[in-house]
Amino acid sequence: MEQLSFFQSPDTALSVSELTRHVRTLLESDELLGDVWVQGEVSNFSRPKSGHIYFTLKDDQASLRCVMWRGMADKQTYLPQDGEAVEAHGGVSVYEAGGQYQLYADRIRPAGEGALYQEFLRLKEKLEGEGLFDAERKRPIPAWPGRIGIVTSPTGAALRDMLNTLRRRFPLAEVALAPASVQGEAAPGEIMAALEDLNEIFKPDVILLGRGGGSIEDLWAFNDEGVARAVAASAAPVVSGVGHETDFTIADFTADLRAPTPTAAAELATPDQTELREELTRNRLDLVQWLQSALGGFGRSLEAAVQRLAMNSPLQRVRRDRQRLDDHARRTERAVRHRADLLKAGLDGLGQRLAALSPQGVLGRGYAFVSQADGTAVRSAAQVKTGDPLDVRVADGEFGVEVTGENKKV
Amino acid sequence: MAKETPLEKMSYEEAFAELESIVGKLEEADQPLDEAMALFERGQSLAKHCGDLLDKAELKVQELSEDGQLSELE
Repeated sequence: MEQLSFFQSPDTALSVSELTRHVRTLLESDELLGDVWVQGEVSNFSRPKSGHIYFTLKDDQASLRCVMWRGMADKQTYLPQDGEAVEAHGGVSVYEAGGQYQLYADRIRPAGEGALYQEFLRLKEKLEGEGLFDAERKRPIPAWPGRIGIVTSPTGAALRDMLNTLRRRFPLAEVALAPASVQGEAAPGEIMAALEDLNEIFKPDVILLGRGGGSIEDLWAFNDEGVARAVAASAAPVVSGVGHETDFTIADFTADLRAPTPTAAAELATPDQTELREELTRNRLDLVQWLQSALGGFGRSLEAAVQRLAMNSPLQRVRRDRQRLDDHARRTERAVRHRADLLKAGLDGLGQRLAALSPQGVLGRGYAFVSQADGTAVRSAAQVKTGDPLDVRVADGEFGVEVTGENKKV
Repeated sequence: MAKETPLEKMSYEEAFAELESIVGKLEEADQPLDEAMALFERGQSLAKHCGDLLDKAELKVQELSEDGQLSELE
């Protein structure tokens, strides 16, 4: 204000721009106005081609122009319609050309969400204090969930996603859907009843509790105290998959396993048949390997046995005996031949001796056989007288001679 | 081997558990050849049965009605 009083002379009046800029500076330097939540009813909501959002917030006594630039508008999960009660967050500044102050909003949410969040925190703290979130309370998800219960809306995308995932991964399972509204006033009661019925009637190995993404209000049934307690009390372990990855609900905290989405819940709860098939193939290979090594082993001992058998076979004995016989025969033959040789040698000697003794042999040595005409052998000189004819036999023939002298004793 | 469960009555889980135990038995113990061969053949059949079950498996989906009845879901 001091600055203004300095320029009070009409000669030095402020330009509109100067004044407006001054107001703007004032507003923008205010701590509250720079970071504020405003609650009101939406009117004149528009989003021209520029992508920016314009609307007015009002209550029964005042109204406030609001703008949200395209970059921020694109990030909102929720955009209001005229007549809705919302809470908008941002900073207050001046639109100089229009001479208007307005809220430059960066977030907008349905009214009451802030209160909901407080309620969320209160319930979370309470149940946490009771130990309902404790890790020791969490039951393991069975490795083989043959029976799978599903609690979700029968018409939602969550059911389709979960069933598709189960078909792809684990078609061996039996599934029972317990339909329940997943948003609106009736939802908590229906979800609790569905959990109870499934446990009582279907007796599943695991329960998938799912819901697709939505606003925090849409997901509110899963922040209901009754639902959270029913999840904790379920006989079968519960896998929750509510909303998107960033959404946490109280039911997520009391569930035995929290999955970021319904699809992920179905994945976390089941084995994948690809892995089952791999496991099966491994076992098949183990069997075949066993067979090969077993046959190898049995084959080797068989071979050894056959060898031992062959060594002890009667045939082998016969062969051995025959060899022994052969030996005998050979030795006998040798002995016989030796004897024969000896005999022959003896015979030869005898023969020679015999030959030496034969008259022929004597004749061969130059002696002659002399006989009288009547064939009588002449053994004595007294047997002959002069003029007697005699026969002389030598080795190769005979001839006649006459005695020319007589009786001369040698 | 007299009390073998007929394959067609066995769930995947049961058949696979028996298959694993057979592989274990064959790898651990020295069985007589005929018994070992019988185990081997049983193992082969179990593995085939499991494979068939997976191939033929079709997710069975039922709906639990409010009065507690289970019926096929379209």
